[in-house]
Amino acid sequence: MKKYIYIVTTLIFILSFTACSWTGPENIKNDGVFKIAMAPDVGGINDQSFNQSAWEGLKKFSKESGADISYVESRQASDFTQNLDKLSDGDYDLIFAVGFSMADALLDTATLNLDKNYAMVDFSYGKDTPNNVTCIMFKAEEAGFLVGYIAGRFSKTKHVGFVGGMHGYIIDQFEYGFKAGVLFAAKEIKQDVIVDVQYAQSFTDAAKGKAIATKMYNDGCDIIFHASGGVAYGIVEVAKEKGKYVIGVDRDQSYLAPDNFLTSALKNVGTAVEITSQKIMNGEKLGGTTQMYGVKNGCLGIPERALFLDKKIYDDALDLLSHIEDGKLHIENVTLTIPDSVKTYEKFATDLNKNF
Amino acid sequence: MKKFIKFLKRPITSTILAILCGFIVSGVILALVGYNPVSAFVSLLNGIFSRPKYIFKVIERSTPIILTGISVAFSFKAGLFNIGAEGQYILGSIAATIVGISFNLHPIFQVPLVVFSGVLAGAIWGVITGFLKAKFGIHEVILGIMLNWIAFHICNFIVNHNLYHKPNSSRTYSINSSGFTMILNTWKRSKDGIEALRKNKLLSDILLKTDLNIGFIVAVLVAMVVWFILKKTTLGFAVRAVGLNPSAAKIAGIGIKRNITSTLAISGAISGLAAALAITGTSPHALYQLVMFENIGFNGLSVALIANSSPIGCIFSGLFFSGLIYGGNSIQSDLNIPSEVISITIGSVLFFVALTKCLPMLIGKFSKRGENHVE
Repeated sequence: MKKYIYIVTTLIFILSFTACSWTGPENIKNDGVFKIAMAPDVGGINDQSFNQSAWEGLKKFSKESGADISYVESRQASDFTQNLDKLSDGDYDLIFAVGFSMADALLDTATLNLDKNYAMVDFSYGKDTPNNVTCIMFKAEEAGFLVGYIAGRFSKTKHVGFVGGMHGYIIDQFEYGFKAGVLFAAKEIKQDVIVDVQYAQSFTDAAKGKAIATKMYNDGCDIIFHASGGVAYGIVEVAKEKGKYVIGVDRDQSYLAPDNFLTSALKNVGTAVEITSQKIMNGEKLGGTTQMYGVKNGCLGIPERALFLDKKIYDDALDLLSHIEDGKLHIENVTLTIPDSVKTYEKFATDLNKNF
Repeated sequence: MKKFIKFLKRPITSTILAILCGFIVSGVILALVGYNPVSAFVSLLNGIFSRPKYIFKVIERSTPIILTGISVAFSFKAGLFNIGAEGQYILGSIAATIVGISFNLHPIFQVPLVVFSGVLAGAIWGVITGFLKAKFGIHEVILGIMLNWIAFHICNFIVNHNLYHKPNSSRTYSINSSGFTMILNTWKRSKDGIEALRKNKLLSDILLKTDLNIGFIVAVLVAMVVWFILKKTTLGFAVRAVGLNPSAAKIAGIGIKRNITSTLAISGAISGLAAALAITGTSPHALYQLVMFENIGFNGLSVALIANSSPIGCIFSGLFFSGLIYGGNSIQSDLNIPSEVISITIGSVLFFVALTKCLPMLIGKFSKRGENHVE
């Protein structure tokens, strides 16, 4: 009996103790410092890729503007809602959700916390974007196009490969941009260039990457462009063995194998995060809109380092870059839309044949 | 002095002391890495208790690990180490998701159907382990680990299957809403509901922002039922007898092989139940592409260890565990501590709790041998 009395009194004590704090002020007003929080995808902020780039952008922004920043990582996908919800309880002026996997969780949280501002990286709700959410999207096909052009020009066997992670809009952008770039280069050198496409159905399975890369290189490819996250480790391994080339994605990945990386399709999430933070901090009302970022804002491109590229090809690629704006290529009074899906790719191919 | 030692030797005191020791050591670790341990623990506690919503979240998150804890504890009683709880959990969630997407009946039929499918799938996964162990004597730990990986890859296969994969995401479609088990779900999501709840801070906090569901109540009921089975039924007696001394049990006429199979079937069913309740009760009601194990089953191992394999104890250790995990996330956003350091902190607390049994032994050393018999 005594035991139960102990337990009950302890419980009452704890409850009354905590109940006091519940009645306290709910929203602590902040002291004038702009506060930003970030919730990265499951990879965490040290994923050597997308999330890390976003966090670095935020860190840079904080250094320049004095904004206060913090983050909370998710161990698994079921943590997304919970973490966004917890950040919404804080006194943050802007909360970033990074990666399309978080889209559902962010939509849920944003509709319940109308007084908070959110930014969704790499996903757009289109017309249904809530008024307190800013979507950040990339014209990734522009970067895909550039590396496709380089690959098409550089390939000795006139045979290149593309390895995707999983089907979806984000990877489609790279795939069709790449194919269009190769096609454009083929037109220029008046030779056909074959593109092999394979999906690993994973963003992590390095073994699968190895199998796919072995097959592709054996079939005659000498360059593989990957947009497949961790699958790349397998691809790089094979490329090293066989002395072939790889094109990286998102960041300059040449540190993975300095002798094998031709170039990378840069997708500087950090720059976009920085620009968006700056705009919102300046009081711009971006809620409900989708912000498009591309080569023009410096959010997409190719790295400066190009050890194996002939200067001619590299300069031509940079020249091409300067003609790209808003997903469109303006050359000799002709405007071509760089494709991001099967449909637009077919249109691009016919337009290209018509004009050149 | 004698009284004090007796006090120290009580299991509850040693558990509390162990938790304290764990916090001290993890505090030292935090300080060594260069963070203020006091503010870390304050934000941990704030992350659990500062709002009623957080408390309900902890309860909500504790449900699956309480159940997998009970699953592990139950097989522990029969001397079996059910490391396959993780795989049973995954398979349960796969079955619940597929059935939940494929059927759309009235909630009265839908909910039991979805939950039952999860339970059945978990039980089947348990039976495979149990049967192979009983028939061929293959160790259940090896079987469990292998089956975990098979379940892991089945899950990723289903997530990427055209029928179930939701485009532009890394998950399947959600199950049909008739299978949801959240309390007042349709009302609280409707416009009227949101309007009405906005007025009351406390209620909106608890109802609107959490997936308050029936899972925890079910978990408590399961804990009681399992306790009852173990203590008051023939089956429970057989399970415990096999666990304590298989040879003696065999001579007493208890069928060991059948016992092993049925124990693991029940264990698997409970893990499957945990999964089915998680799928029906918490958003996004879908399977995600797994990058690594979700650790629900493995955390169940720790929960069962802390609870000393008592089903009722699993409720409290499950709550404790989920509190640490949930509150731990607050440390990160408050102090920008890397998640690895937080995991080490939580890990060392758990480490000491797992060592609880050593404490009474240590204390025994302090008192002189035979002291009690003097006088």
